[in-house]
Amino acid sequence: MSTPVPQVPVSQAPILEARGLVKRYGRVTALDHADFDLMPGEILAVIGDNGAGKSSLIKALTGAIRPDHGTILFDGQPVSFDSPIDARRIGIETVYQNLALSPALSIADNLFLGREPRVAGPLGTLLGMLDRPRMRREARAALSSLGLMTIQNIDQPVETLSGGQRQGVAIARAAAFGSRVVIMDEPTAALGVKESRKVLELILDVRAKGLPIVLISHNMPHVFEVADRIHIHRLGRRHAVVDPRAITMSDAVAIMTGAMAPPGEARAA
Amino acid sequence: MSANETPPRAPADFEKVAIGAQATVATFKEETPSLLKRIQHLLHVHPTAIPALVLVLSVAVFAMAGGQRFLTAFNLSVVLQQVTIIAVIGIAQTIVVLTAGIDLSVGAIAVLASMVMGKLAVTAGVPTPLAILIGVAVGAACGAVNGILVTRFRLPPFIVTLGTWYMVFALNLWYSDSETIRSQDIGETAPLLQFFATAIPIGDARLTYGSIAMVIAIALFWYLLSMTAWGRHVHAVGDDPEAARLAGIRVERVLMSVYIVAGIVCAFAAWMMISRYGSASPQSGQTSNLDSITAVVIGGTSLFGGRGSIVGTLLGALIVGVFRNGLALSGVNVLWQDFAVGALIIVAVALDQWLRRVSQ
Ligand SMILES: Nc1ncnc2c1ncn2[C@@H]1O[C@H](COP(=O)(O)OP(=O)(O)OP(=O)(O)O)[C@@H](O)[C@H]1O
Ligand SMILES: [Mg+2]
Repeated sequence: MSTPVPQVPVSQAPILEARGLVKRYGRVTALDHADFDLMPGEILAVIGDNGAGKSSLIKALTGAIRPDHGTILFDGQPVSFDSPIDARRIGIETVYQNLALSPALSIADNLFLGREPRVAGPLGTLLGMLDRPRMRREARAALSSLGLMTIQNIDQPVETLSGGQRQGVAIARAAAFGSRVVIMDEPTAALGVKESRKVLELILDVRAKGLPIVLISHNMPHVFEVADRIHIHRLGRRHAVVDPRAITMSDAVAIMTGAMAPPGEARAA
Repeated sequence: MSANETPPRAPADFEKVAIGAQATVATFKEETPSLLKRIQHLLHVHPTAIPALVLVLSVAVFAMAGGQRFLTAFNLSVVLQQVTIIAVIGIAQTIVVLTAGIDLSVGAIAVLASMVMGKLAVTAGVPTPLAILIGVAVGAACGAVNGILVTRFRLPPFIVTLGTWYMVFALNLWYSDSETIRSQDIGETAPLLQFFATAIPIGDARLTYGSIAMVIAIALFWYLLSMTAWGRHVHAVGDDPEAARLAGIRVERVLMSVYIVAGIVCAFAAWMMISRYGSASPQSGQTSNLDSITAVVIGGTSLFGGRGSIVGTLLGALIVGVFRNGLALSGVNVLWQDFAVGALIIVAVALDQWLRRVSQ
């Protein structure tokens, strides 16, 4: 089942790796012995039908859900994440499909949620006072690098933002804090053409910094534009891994939907 | 690989995303909103503006209706004394409600803590500071029980605290033998328990230490909730617990801390209760559960969690106090005081619902 995947030749070992992940919700099997490999410095796209288990895979990899079976390796070491905090702590930053933002909190508060900076001195160490000026400044910088500074007020509650702006906040958060791996589950689903472009640029920027990225998307042109490799997820498991330079978009979609068998050397299971 | 290539075999899957996805491209130009919309937005950003306005208006109305007797420094200081305990218990209630919970046991915890403090200090001869400390520990323990039941056993806060309310009240009757500790005895052996009754005269007004302590407590919790990470986490947990968890917040730990802190705050309210009534009675504070919820709701804190403020709770307690006092001075039958408070609650919740619609 988990035979090594013949794929685009890569010399290095995967930075994030999973073998035989299983996750069942009652009678629904979301992950059915799924494998996963993310190579250092690459953009890995994950595509698959609705309900194929892409989000479940990402949640299992980042501690948001606990797989029933299977192993996860980070830097070759087995890891077991009890909560998303554990994944964050080692530098894996995730944009979840539901964005994981607190609607009533401000943009700045959301960006720093769970790792708020404190002011220097006793006010910070003893009284835990937040460094609001710094939070505002850095939040503004993170958003403007995404071209999202059309947001007028950094203290605006997230619930008053448009769907696309919210997505921008979640992406800015992941990009600002990711230090080893950045994972994005459909980051451009609610974005306009111009904003999607910015996110694609951001993804390329992050890779240029040497960080690997997992991009889940239903947008084939986007996937084919930026991905180094494409992980095709089908029926809860990795169905194939293909090279976007060696396959057409329509063939990738055909493999994804089961209309076409994966090419021999890309078969993953 | 052209960008507008259509997959020949399965276009439906390709396009499925577009159906679920929001079709609107983020637009930033808004049409000029109506006045009502603008007010809605303003109040949404400054939720305490409503209770503040209501308080000012009701003071103005009673000043005109009640005439000389209402708007005196003395009478207003009486109102302040009357709302002190509810405002402090309201702090405990506010932090629980911010997490989208509710604490029906706050009043019972306060009474139990007051009986522990009183009985230990007066009957058992324990040094008063130690008795107070033990009372605070009892409050914290009651809060911890609530917290464990809510987090570990995942029971709804309403049911948990309804249950602990009965249990704590029964413990209180058992522990106190249903006997009141008399004011005189407390005054003789443990005057520290009456500390908060000490008053500073300012003109005609009598500003008690209790009122001052209440204002300090409100300020402290305002700071904790709005200026510290803990406060942000309390809001986030009440707002959307799953989002908070994914964002790396230890939701259960935050909830646990909230219920324990609420218990501790109730124990401080217990000390103030002994000061205010002089005695410690197992039958006192029967209405403080509902009164604290009333103050929280009128103060604009949403029962759905995530939004609200501690200053609002103080304002809410003051509004109720002003209504009761003003109506009484105007010679209105007590039953209409209750009627007015009931109407206030419903108006406050209706406003909250209206404000929440801003985001939809
Ligand atoms: N919390 C849950 N409880 C029950 N079933 C779940 C839960 N989460 C996911 N599932 C099921 O697991 C399967 C995979 O879901 P998942 O969200 O991983 O799909 P996906 O590939 O991300 O789909 P999409 O493209 O629509 O986002 C689906 O059948 C879904 O119904
Ligand atoms: Mg998904």
